[in-house]
Amino acid sequence: MSLDPALLGLTLPQILARRAREWGDGRAALREKDLGIWRETGWARFEQLARWTGMGFRALGLAPGEKVAVLADNIPEWFYTELGVQAVGGIVVGVYASSVPREIAYGLAATDAVYVVAEDQEQVDKLLEVRAEIPGVRRVVFEDPRGLAGYRSDPWLLGFEELLELGRREDEGQPGAFERLRDAGRPDDVALFCFSSGTTDLPKPVMLTHRNLVTMGYRFTETEGFRPGDDYLSFLPLAWMGEQMMAVATGLVAGFTVNCPEALETAEHDRREIGPHLMFSPPRVWESYARHIRVKVDDSTPLKRGFFRLGLAVGHRVADRRLRGEAVPWPLRLLELFFRVTLYRLVQDRLGFLRLRKAYTAGAALGPDVFRFFHALGINLKQGYGQTESGGIFCFHRDGDIRFDTVGVPYAGTEVRISGEGEVLVRGASVGKGYYRREDATAALFDDGWLRTGDAGYLEPDGHLVIIDRLADVMRTGAGVVFSPQFIENKLKFSHFVREAVVFGDGLPFIAALVNIDPETVGKWAEDRKLTYTTYADLSQKAPVGRLLLEEVERVNAGLKPEHRIRRVALLYKLLDADDEELTRTGKVRRKLVAERYEPLFRALYDGSPEVPVKARYQYQDGRVAEVELNVTIWTVGGATAEGEGNGLPAAARR
Amino acid sequence: MQLRVEDLSLAFGGVRALDRVHLAVDPGEIVSVIGPNGAGKTSFVNCISGFYRPHEGRIRFGDHDITRWPPHRIAALGIGRAFQNVELFGGLTVLENLTLGRHRHLGYGLLSALAYYGPARRGEARARRDVEAVIDFMELEPYRHRPVATLPYGVRKRVELARALALEPSLLLLDEPMAGMAVEEKEDIARFILEANAERGIGIVLIEHDLQAVMDLSHRVYVLNFGQVIAAGRPQEVASNPAVVEAYLGREMETLA
Repeated sequence: MSLDPALLGLTLPQILARRAREWGDGRAALREKDLGIWRETGWARFEQLARWTGMGFRALGLAPGEKVAVLADNIPEWFYTELGVQAVGGIVVGVYASSVPREIAYGLAATDAVYVVAEDQEQVDKLLEVRAEIPGVRRVVFEDPRGLAGYRSDPWLLGFEELLELGRREDEGQPGAFERLRDAGRPDDVALFCFSSGTTDLPKPVMLTHRNLVTMGYRFTETEGFRPGDDYLSFLPLAWMGEQMMAVATGLVAGFTVNCPEALETAEHDRREIGPHLMFSPPRVWESYARHIRVKVDDSTPLKRGFFRLGLAVGHRVADRRLRGEAVPWPLRLLELFFRVTLYRLVQDRLGFLRLRKAYTAGAALGPDVFRFFHALGINLKQGYGQTESGGIFCFHRDGDIRFDTVGVPYAGTEVRISGEGEVLVRGASVGKGYYRREDATAALFDDGWLRTGDAGYLEPDGHLVIIDRLADVMRTGAGVVFSPQFIENKLKFSHFVREAVVFGDGLPFIAALVNIDPETVGKWAEDRKLTYTTYADLSQKAPVGRLLLEEVERVNAGLKPEHRIRRVALLYKLLDADDEELTRTGKVRRKLVAERYEPLFRALYDGSPEVPVKARYQYQDGRVAEVELNVTIWTVGGATAEGEGNGLPAAARR
Repeated sequence: MQLRVEDLSLAFGGVRALDRVHLAVDPGEIVSVIGPNGAGKTSFVNCISGFYRPHEGRIRFGDHDITRWPPHRIAALGIGRAFQNVELFGGLTVLENLTLGRHRHLGYGLLSALAYYGPARRGEARARRDVEAVIDFMELEPYRHRPVATLPYGVRKRVELARALALEPSLLLLDEPMAGMAVEEKEDIARFILEANAERGIGIVLIEHDLQAVMDLSHRVYVLNFGQVIAAGRPQEVASNPAVVEAYLGREMETLA
């Protein structure tokens, strides 16, 4: 079935109405695993539930242009709410379900939300905690009534079932009213607020219109050939632009089936049951799969380990040739066929990738090693690029034209150019309207109609876009060496012992890093060596663990230009966490905040001291605060300086 | 249904484990039994669920005198139990363990089970649906198909509680459901207990050492010491009872009161 260009002039609810008319309930629009069984919702039923939800909010008093926030994991009600609210002229705001009450209060206030759809008691409790700070919220609609029996006397709360019933009666009482509202929607109406990622600042609500979203979905589907009935597993937060663009915009335009996992923790298992045709995830998800595979392989017998290594080596060779556009000689092709049957397909099956046609990574740079790893295993992973402000990705790799160092080519109708300062600028129908109620920031966002991405990059002669780093993040050491901290961090994170890394060096004499060890893999490594430990902090400061990580850093250094090598490193005694604001909700590091919070450590990286005493504060969930004093070793990396010995023991390894 | 225990006594040789113990649980009530180690708490629960046969006294459940009934008849009457030391089949999955918990509701015989036809087929489908409801209730979805022996301790305790709930009891005996758990896991279990009580109307007899949890959850508390009930009443009354404070709780109780 070819894509109808008329879709480009419709709003999302209008497309939904068309799907419902054309396909009825013969095709699944949504699928959710509930009580152990995948339950389908057809397109017509989806339309009906969205209609009742929208009319329900209207009955409550939602006026066109008002905002409804959703605070839930990926459940079908998210989709009913989004399409229903948009149909009656409202705007949907996604709030990360993992947010703490303070963040929720900020998000609701910054977007003027008047209703909130909350998933369960946990979310309702958070809202009740900050109730005084969100006077604009008129009602809270909860999906799962469990544990809320005692709250029923509160008129602020309303069950989703009751909302649907309210909407059904409203719809039946005024035949044709819903259709009139829906058809009055224009492509340039704002449909959705998505928060910008907020690595540098508080997250700002980005206004996106139907045209932005539909254009993105249309161009993506057109180029990549998604088909109605394709399966997609929606397990990343719908408050994230990437998930909105896949599960909602592209999902509606392409007509694929969106599957909602049973619970966040079962997503891996659910993916294997669904066997999706396409995947879209940020690098950290791909990194975790790669780490997971490596850990499992390391855990198996020597024979299997050897076989895996052999198969991977063959896969690497084939992938490298294919990606360079060279022919693969037939002996190698034969070997590849052998390993495809005996290894690659089996690994793919474990990951639930047997039916996978397209896989994408976007949101941050993916390390080339991880990229190569998946291609070696026969997974067609492609990189895309875009941001919330540009309505999702606008650049991505095409089949047969994949290069690790680029983010691909823009799709039709989108223009990309590089400014005088080397910043990537973009213009096109998918570019959003800017920030809500932040005229100052919006003015700074656009340069004569072009969206400033804030990323430094350049265009290759063949049209591929290369992203260097955030313009503000490209750093210069005191000695004038220009480097990209993210690039080095990604190299470090490819080690399956490293969970997170923060690289410093801007205006400083050399490059240094703070590293978070991965508690699972390092914990297992320690257990295998009969190394006892108690807490994460204790584990991170064991001398053998330090030496292990030092080896990893040296390996990374070997692949870096001498002036980009890491000279000093310390292992953090606490996992960086979004709840402590050290990471953004999408998992990006807030470098400046980390430097400030771990100030003694940061200082010690540069003053040459072999170890530094720190006071670690822990806040437990019940509010208690514990303080622990410990000494953190600062390791000087051998081989980082030109005269250093690559294999020599580090100067600080004397504990 | 309500539970009435009167003058219950149990002796092991010369040791009187229980000495004229009395206790009452009204429908939908959470009643805790506390006391120092060796006070007779577990023996007491063993008497109710039929593992031990008391020497004297009576246990009534609703209209039945269940004193000295065998355990399976007591379970069939609707008294479920979660054990202090997890008593599950380690080699079976969570799903299988829970289905086993529903044994009393599977009303088909060996022959139809062998043929897997008619009542057996329908019964199995119904059992799966009911077990899934318990899995949903106890948030065990990620572990559904995992053998119990491979699960962490905290999760196994949850499965133990789920297995007792799968029986659809009207009274639940919980023997230290929070023992050895971290604060967060305890909070989860406390939430499950409250929800089972509030939404399903299940009466609960709780044995627990975490006094904060006992004081927060219970409607009434009984204090056992050397096999005797030395105090009973609402949590605040018990906490301020001088005999209790003096006898064994010491300073910890004062801070709670």
